[in-house]
Amino acid sequence: MLLIDCPYCGKRPEVEFHCGGEAHIARPEMPTAVEDADWGSFLYYRTNPKGLHAERWLHGHGCGRWFNALRDTVSDAFVATYEMGKPRPDRDEATASSPSNA
Amino acid sequence: MLERNLARRAPTVSPLVSESSVTVTPLDPQGRLAFRIKPAALAGRGTIDGFDLSGAINSRTSSEEGATMRTALRLGPDEWMLITAADEVDERCEAISAALTGVAHSLVDVSHRDVSFSVEGPGADSVVNSGCPIDLSMRAFPAGSATRTILGKAEIVLQRRAADSFTVTTWRSFAPYVQGFLVEATRG
Repeated sequence: MLLIDCPYCGKRPEVEFHCGGEAHIARPEMPTAVEDADWGSFLYYRTNPKGLHAERWLHGHGCGRWFNALRDTVSDAFVATYEMGKPRPDRDEATASSPSNA
Repeated sequence: MLERNLARRAPTVSPLVSESSVTVTPLDPQGRLAFRIKPAALAGRGTIDGFDLSGAINSRTSSEEGATMRTALRLGPDEWMLITAADEVDERCEAISAALTGVAHSLVDVSHRDVSFSVEGPGADSVVNSGCPIDLSMRAFPAGSATRTILGKAEIVLQRRAADSFTVTTWRSFAPYVQGFLVEATRG
Protein backbone atom coordinates (compact mmCIF):
# COMPACT_ATOMS: atom_id res chain seq x y z
CA MET A 1 0.00 0.00 0.00
CA LEU A 2 1.17 3.50 -0.81
CA LEU A 3 2.33 5.32 2.32
CA ILE A 4 1.92 9.08 2.56
CA ASP A 5 4.06 11.04 4.99
CA CYS A 6 1.60 13.24 6.90
CA PRO A 7 3.49 16.23 8.39
CA TYR A 8 1.70 15.59 11.71
CA CYS A 9 1.33 11.79 11.93
CA GLY A 10 4.20 10.36 9.89
CA LYS A 11 3.85 7.61 7.30
CA ARG A 12 0.27 6.43 7.03
CA PRO A 13 -1.65 4.34 4.48
CA GLU A 14 -3.14 5.99 1.43
CA VAL A 15 -6.77 5.03 2.26
CA GLU A 16 -6.79 7.48 5.18
CA PHE A 17 -6.19 10.41 2.82
CA HIS A 18 -8.16 12.43 0.29
CA CYS A 19 -6.74 14.60 -2.47
CA GLY A 20 -7.99 18.17 -2.70
CA GLY A 21 -6.60 19.28 -6.07
CA GLU A 22 -3.83 21.65 -6.97
CA ALA A 23 -2.19 23.68 -4.18
CA HIS A 24 -1.01 27.30 -4.03
CA ILE A 25 -3.98 28.77 -5.90
CA ALA A 26 -4.81 32.03 -4.14
CA ARG A 27 -8.33 33.42 -4.38
CA PRO A 28 -8.19 37.01 -5.68
CA GLU A 29 -8.54 39.56 -2.88
CA MET A 30 -11.28 41.43 -4.78
CA PRO A 31 -13.26 39.08 -7.04
CA THR A 32 -15.33 42.01 -8.36
CA ALA A 33 -12.19 43.68 -9.69
CA VAL A 34 -11.08 40.59 -11.65
CA GLU A 35 -11.68 40.28 -15.39
CA ASP A 36 -13.99 37.45 -16.48
CA ALA A 37 -11.17 35.61 -18.22
CA ASP A 38 -8.95 35.78 -15.13
CA TRP A 39 -11.80 34.66 -12.87
CA GLY A 40 -12.51 31.74 -15.18
CA SER A 41 -8.86 30.88 -15.09
CA PHE A 42 -8.84 30.99 -11.26
CA LEU A 43 -11.93 28.80 -11.05
CA TYR A 44 -11.33 26.19 -13.72
CA TYR A 45 -7.85 26.18 -15.21
CA ARG A 46 -5.23 23.95 -13.60
CA THR A 47 -1.68 23.19 -14.66
CA ASN A 48 -1.97 19.37 -14.99
CA PRO A 49 1.79 18.84 -15.36
CA LYS A 50 3.62 15.68 -16.31
CA GLY A 51 6.08 15.45 -13.42
CA LEU A 52 6.12 17.32 -10.13
CA HIS A 53 2.75 18.61 -8.99
CA ALA A 54 1.92 20.46 -5.75
CA GLU A 55 -1.39 19.21 -4.35
CA ARG A 56 -3.55 19.67 -1.28
CA TRP A 57 -4.21 16.51 0.71
CA LEU A 58 -6.49 15.86 3.69
CA HIS A 59 -5.65 13.30 6.37
CA GLY A 60 -9.36 12.83 7.01
CA HIS A 61 -9.25 9.45 8.74
CA GLY A 62 -6.32 10.56 10.92
CA CYS A 63 -5.43 13.93 12.35
CA GLY A 64 -8.03 15.64 10.16
CA ARG A 65 -5.58 18.25 8.89
CA TRP A 66 -4.95 19.56 5.39
CA PHE A 67 -1.38 19.70 4.14
CA ASN A 68 0.42 20.14 0.82
CA ALA A 69 2.30 17.43 -1.03
CA LEU A 70 4.70 17.43 -3.95
CA ARG A 71 3.85 14.39 -6.06
CA ASP A 72 5.31 13.08 -9.28
CA THR A 73 2.35 12.47 -11.59
CA VAL A 74 4.33 9.96 -13.64
CA SER A 75 5.61 7.64 -10.90
CA ASP A 76 2.99 8.57 -8.24
CA ALA A 77 5.90 9.07 -5.82
CA PHE A 78 5.38 11.58 -3.02
CA VAL A 79 8.54 13.68 -3.12
CA ALA A 80 7.74 15.94 -0.18
CA THR A 81 4.90 16.86 2.17
CA TYR A 82 4.71 20.16 4.01
CA GLU A 83 2.31 22.13 6.15
CA MET A 84 -0.29 24.51 4.74
CA GLY A 85 1.04 28.03 4.36
CA LYS A 86 4.61 26.99 3.70
CA PRO A 87 6.16 27.69 0.29
CA ARG A 88 6.57 24.93 -2.28
CA PRO A 89 9.88 23.12 -1.62
CA ASP A 90 12.52 23.59 -4.27
CA ARG A 91 12.97 20.15 -5.81
CA ASP A 92 14.08 19.39 -9.34
CA GLU A 93 12.84 16.67 -11.67
CA ALA A 94 15.95 14.56 -11.08
CA THR A 95 15.15 14.18 -7.38
CA ALA A 96 11.55 13.49 -8.21
CA SER A 97 12.25 10.58 -10.51
CA SER A 98 13.95 8.60 -7.74
CA PRO A 99 11.53 6.36 -5.83
CA SER A 100 11.39 8.32 -2.59
CA ASN A 101 8.20 6.90 -1.19
CA ALA A 102 9.98 4.58 1.21
CA MET B 1 -30.20 13.57 27.07
CA LEU B 2 -27.25 11.32 27.73
CA GLU B 3 -29.35 8.74 29.55
CA ARG B 4 -31.85 8.62 26.70
CA ASN B 5 -29.07 8.15 24.18
CA LEU B 6 -27.39 5.48 26.25
CA ALA B 7 -30.65 3.58 26.37
CA ARG B 8 -31.05 3.95 22.64
CA ARG B 9 -27.60 2.62 21.86
CA ALA B 10 -27.91 -0.44 24.06
CA PRO B 11 -29.38 -2.77 21.40
CA THR B 12 -26.71 -1.94 18.83
CA VAL B 13 -24.13 -4.25 20.34
CA SER B 14 -25.03 -7.90 20.51
CA PRO B 15 -23.76 -10.44 23.04
CA LEU B 16 -21.48 -11.86 20.32
CA VAL B 17 -18.41 -13.40 21.88
CA SER B 18 -15.29 -14.73 20.29
CA GLU B 19 -14.24 -18.25 21.15
CA SER B 20 -10.58 -17.81 20.28
CA SER B 21 -7.73 -16.58 22.47
CA VAL B 22 -8.50 -12.99 21.47
CA THR B 23 -11.58 -11.55 23.15
CA VAL B 24 -13.72 -8.75 21.75
CA THR B 25 -15.76 -7.20 24.55
CA PRO B 26 -18.11 -4.19 24.44
CA LEU B 27 -17.03 -1.77 27.15
CA ASP B 28 -19.34 -0.09 29.63
CA PRO B 29 -20.49 3.44 28.74
CA GLN B 30 -17.77 6.06 29.12
CA GLY B 31 -17.85 9.83 29.16
CA ARG B 32 -16.19 11.27 26.04
CA LEU B 33 -15.45 14.87 25.24
CA ALA B 34 -14.28 16.19 21.89
CA PHE B 35 -11.88 18.96 22.84
CA ARG B 36 -10.21 21.32 20.40
CA ILE B 37 -7.88 24.18 21.19
CA LYS B 38 -4.98 25.81 19.36
CA PRO B 39 -1.62 25.08 20.99
CA ALA B 40 -1.07 28.86 21.20
CA ALA B 41 -4.32 29.23 23.18
CA LEU B 42 -3.18 26.51 25.57
CA ALA B 43 -0.35 28.90 26.46
CA GLY B 44 1.84 26.27 28.02
CA ARG B 45 -0.86 24.61 30.13
CA GLY B 46 0.14 20.94 30.24
CA THR B 47 -2.80 19.80 32.31
CA ILE B 48 -6.42 20.95 32.43
CA ASP B 49 -8.71 19.58 35.14
CA GLY B 50 -6.46 16.55 35.57
CA PHE B 51 -6.32 15.70 31.86
CA ASP B 52 -2.71 15.57 30.68
CA LEU B 53 -2.60 17.36 27.31
CA SER B 54 1.17 17.32 26.96
CA GLY B 55 1.38 14.04 25.02
CA ALA B 56 2.65 13.93 21.44
CA ILE B 57 0.24 13.71 18.51
CA ASN B 58 -1.31 10.20 18.34
CA SER B 59 -0.48 9.36 21.94
CA ARG B 60 -2.56 8.47 24.98
CA THR B 61 -2.07 9.80 28.48
CA SER B 62 -4.06 8.31 31.32
CA SER B 63 -4.35 8.74 35.06
CA GLU B 64 -5.60 5.98 37.37
CA GLU B 65 -8.46 3.72 36.31
CA GLY B 66 -11.88 3.67 37.98
CA ALA B 67 -14.20 6.49 38.94
CA THR B 68 -11.53 9.19 38.73
CA MET B 69 -10.07 7.92 35.45
CA ARG B 70 -8.98 10.71 33.11
CA THR B 71 -7.61 9.71 29.73
CA ALA B 72 -6.61 12.12 27.00
CA LEU B 73 -6.12 10.91 23.42
CA ARG B 74 -4.33 13.41 21.26
CA LEU B 75 -5.79 12.83 17.79
CA GLY B 76 -4.28 15.83 16.01
CA PRO B 77 -2.25 18.99 16.55
CA ASP B 78 -5.22 20.77 18.13
CA GLU B 79 -7.64 17.94 18.88
CA TRP B 80 -8.07 15.68 21.90
CA MET B 81 -10.62 13.09 22.94
CA LEU B 82 -11.02 13.24 26.71
CA ILE B 83 -12.38 10.11 28.37
CA THR B 84 -13.83 9.97 31.84
CA ALA B 85 -16.41 8.02 33.85
CA ALA B 86 -19.89 8.17 32.28
CA ASP B 87 -21.48 9.95 35.24
CA GLU B 88 -18.69 12.53 35.54
CA VAL B 89 -19.10 14.18 32.14
CA ASP B 90 -21.08 17.22 33.25
CA GLU B 91 -18.67 17.98 36.11
CA ARG B 92 -15.66 17.64 33.80
CA CYS B 93 -17.26 19.91 31.18
CA GLU B 94 -17.92 22.60 33.78
CA ALA B 95 -14.44 22.33 35.26
CA ILE B 96 -12.68 22.52 31.89
CA SER B 97 -14.83 25.43 30.73
CA ALA B 98 -14.13 27.22 34.00
CA ALA B 99 -10.39 26.65 33.60
CA LEU B 100 -10.52 28.10 30.08
CA THR B 101 -12.71 31.14 30.66
CA GLY B 102 -11.97 33.70 27.96
CA VAL B 103 -9.84 31.28 25.92
CA ALA B 104 -11.08 30.21 22.48
CA HIS B 105 -11.75 26.47 22.53
CA SER B 106 -14.40 23.90 21.66
CA LEU B 107 -15.67 21.28 24.09
CA VAL B 108 -18.47 18.92 23.06
CA ASP B 109 -19.95 15.99 24.96
CA VAL B 110 -19.89 13.09 22.48
CA SER B 111 -20.37 10.28 25.01
CA HIS B 112 -23.51 9.06 23.27
CA ARG B 113 -21.90 9.13 19.82
CA ASP B 114 -19.38 6.34 20.37
CA VAL B 115 -19.20 2.73 21.46
CA SER B 116 -15.94 1.14 22.59
CA PHE B 117 -14.72 -2.42 22.34
CA SER B 118 -11.76 -3.99 24.04
CA VAL B 119 -9.69 -6.37 21.90
CA GLU B 120 -7.40 -8.42 24.14
CA GLY B 121 -5.29 -11.52 24.03
CA PRO B 122 -2.26 -12.91 22.23
CA GLY B 123 -2.52 -11.91 18.57
CA ALA B 124 -4.86 -8.97 19.21
CA ASP B 125 -2.72 -6.90 16.86
CA SER B 126 -3.40 -9.23 13.92
CA VAL B 127 -7.12 -9.14 14.68
CA VAL B 128 -7.13 -5.33 14.51
CA ASN B 129 -4.80 -5.39 11.50
CA SER B 130 -7.25 -7.60 9.60
CA GLY B 131 -9.19 -4.42 8.80
CA CYS B 132 -6.88 -1.62 9.86
CA PRO B 133 -4.05 -0.75 7.46
CA ILE B 134 -1.67 1.06 9.85
CA ASP B 135 1.57 -0.50 11.09
CA LEU B 136 0.78 -2.02 14.51
CA SER B 137 4.28 -3.27 15.29
CA MET B 138 5.46 -2.22 18.75
CA ARG B 139 8.10 -0.05 17.08
CA ALA B 140 5.62 1.98 15.02
CA PHE B 141 2.61 1.90 17.35
CA PRO B 142 3.82 1.22 20.92
CA ALA B 143 1.66 0.89 24.03
CA GLY B 144 0.37 4.36 24.86
CA SER B 145 -0.46 5.18 21.24
CA ALA B 146 -3.87 6.34 20.07
CA THR B 147 -5.01 7.49 16.67
CA ARG B 148 -8.01 7.89 14.43
CA THR B 149 -7.87 5.41 11.57
CA ILE B 150 -9.99 2.93 9.60
CA LEU B 151 -11.28 -0.57 10.31
CA GLY B 152 -12.79 -2.13 7.23
CA LYS B 153 -15.30 0.47 6.03
CA ALA B 154 -15.70 2.27 9.36
CA GLU B 155 -13.70 5.04 10.96
CA ILE B 156 -12.36 4.11 14.41
CA VAL B 157 -10.25 5.58 17.17
CA LEU B 158 -7.67 2.99 18.10
CA GLN B 159 -5.84 2.95 21.45
CA ARG B 160 -3.09 0.54 22.39
CA ARG B 161 -3.07 0.00 26.17
CA ALA B 162 -0.48 -2.80 26.11
CA ALA B 163 1.18 -5.05 23.54
CA ASP B 164 -1.87 -7.32 23.25
CA SER B 165 -4.56 -4.98 24.47
CA PHE B 166 -6.43 -2.51 22.27
CA THR B 167 -9.50 -0.33 22.61
CA VAL B 168 -11.50 0.28 19.43
CA THR B 169 -13.96 3.19 19.57
CA THR B 170 -16.43 3.79 16.78
CA TRP B 171 -19.65 5.64 16.08
CA ARG B 172 -22.74 4.01 17.53
CA SER B 173 -24.28 3.27 14.14
CA PHE B 174 -21.06 1.56 13.00
CA ALA B 175 -20.84 -0.55 16.18
CA PRO B 176 -22.60 -3.71 14.94
CA TYR B 177 -20.43 -3.70 11.83
CA VAL B 178 -17.19 -3.17 13.78
CA GLN B 179 -18.13 -5.75 16.38
CA GLY B 180 -18.99 -8.31 13.73
CA PHE B 181 -15.80 -7.54 11.83
CA LEU B 182 -13.60 -8.02 14.89
CA VAL B 183 -15.33 -11.18 16.10
CA GLU B 184 -15.09 -12.62 12.60
CA ALA B 185 -11.39 -11.77 12.54
CA THR B 186 -10.76 -13.67 15.78
CA ARG B 187 -11.99 -16.82 14.06
CA GLY B 188 -9.41 -16.40 11.29
